[in-house]
Amino acid sequence: MWYWLHRFSSPAYFYRFAGKAIPWLAAITGLLLLAGLYGGLVLAPADYQQGDSYRIIFIHVPSAWMSLFIYMVMATAGGIGLIWHIKLAEVIAASSAPIGASFTFIALATGSLWGKPMWGTWWVWDARLTSELILLFLYFGVIALQSAGEDKRTASRASAILALVGVINIPIIHFSVEWWNTLHQGATVSKMDAPSIHTSMLVPLLIMAVACKFYYATSLLMRARAELLDREHNSHWIRDALKNHE
Amino acid sequence: MRYFSLSKAFMAILSRDLLLALRRRSEVVNPLLFFVIVVTLFPLAISPSQAVLQTLAPGIIWVAALLSTLLSLERMFRSDFEDGSLEQLLLSPCPPTVVVLAKVLAHWLVSGLPLLLIAPLLGVFLALPTAAIPTLLFTLALGTPVLSLVGAIGVALTVGLRRGGALLSLLVLPLYLPVLIFAANAVAASADGLAVTGQLYFLGGLLLLSCSLAPLAAAAALKISIH
Repeated sequence: MWYWLHRFSSPAYFYRFAGKAIPWLAAITGLLLLAGLYGGLVLAPADYQQGDSYRIIFIHVPSAWMSLFIYMVMATAGGIGLIWHIKLAEVIAASSAPIGASFTFIALATGSLWGKPMWGTWWVWDARLTSELILLFLYFGVIALQSAGEDKRTASRASAILALVGVINIPIIHFSVEWWNTLHQGATVSKMDAPSIHTSMLVPLLIMAVACKFYYATSLLMRARAELLDREHNSHWIRDALKNHE
Repeated sequence: MRYFSLSKAFMAILSRDLLLALRRRSEVVNPLLFFVIVVTLFPLAISPSQAVLQTLAPGIIWVAALLSTLLSLERMFRSDFEDGSLEQLLLSPCPPTVVVLAKVLAHWLVSGLPLLLIAPLLGVFLALPTAAIPTLLFTLALGTPVLSLVGAIGVALTVGLRRGGALLSLLVLPLYLPVLIFAANAVAASADGLAVTGQLYFLGGLLLLSCSLAPLAAAAALKISIH
């Protein structure tokens, strides 16, 4: 396994492997998205209280899950890059940040669209909304630091430290925001998670969650390939790869 | 090899930084003046009514403290980085975490402590009840060191960049939120006559946590920035 891991972390091997994997991953993403959206928007029944507007959860909830998941992937990859000086891990971390920020933004935007008919307002300072917004700021910080330096590797290592500091801070921020919110206003805002969710809604939701994971994998590989081309444009394997139109 | 003492190294860096700050007084005084001026803006912008100011006071004072800390943060490593002495400090046998801790303590003594001394005056400006002023001082005493410690990570990450200023605030402000929440809340609660021990414990916990972890992160960041 170590041999395999070692080979996989070589940029040239990864570049070729990713090129072959992307079409498959993209196809799976497309199929799952179709299935999930059909199940969620057509097959699942309307909610007896919220009518059809609840259907936004099929995008909102997977995005919110992805926003945290990608942050963890980014921080882990950054940590691996810091410790073992693996170039590929730095590339993965750098390519993850914009995708994670987009998912966070989608979660916020769909949440606010849903909040307008449900809560009667676009935005409430609910604990979850607030910590999601702060997560978006943390992503912006990582992206900004990533693009600030002239040397890409130094910038990667710096933003990896920032991401790791963020990992320690996310729970603290989340709980302090929750605590702040409960002190300021009581449970006036209804929590989104009902005690149980019907299978006809749960299945499409889970399919959408898996579809988002595959979408992330697809776009991560595409971005990582582009990033590798940019960072390694002087190395031999790139010239060979481009000659063979891989 | 000569005998090397950590506490001596710590004291040497600390006294050097304090002496430098003493020689450049305007850099020390400006963030403090900024703190006072920002606080005076609010009554003019919102309302001079005592009732309104009283509810806003904890938040205003704490946000102003955050911003003024942000102004003075860069000084922690910037000039040492530019004249190369930071590199020498990191090359010395003194562990980088000790260098960071000494510099953070110097920064806090120069920019955090004065905030604490002037805060009661601002409390009076904003019609904060007298009973809440000791709490304000407690929160500042526990909270501003956290700001210096967490800020050190941000400065260490951006010190090698040419225009680090705006980036620094983007990196550091989200990390300051827990301090802001607990501190402002404690002051507001004590103005209402409620118990604030819970919030102060939380602030103390944050201080201990950042005291133990932030120097490690800042030292790693400095090594990368100097590179």
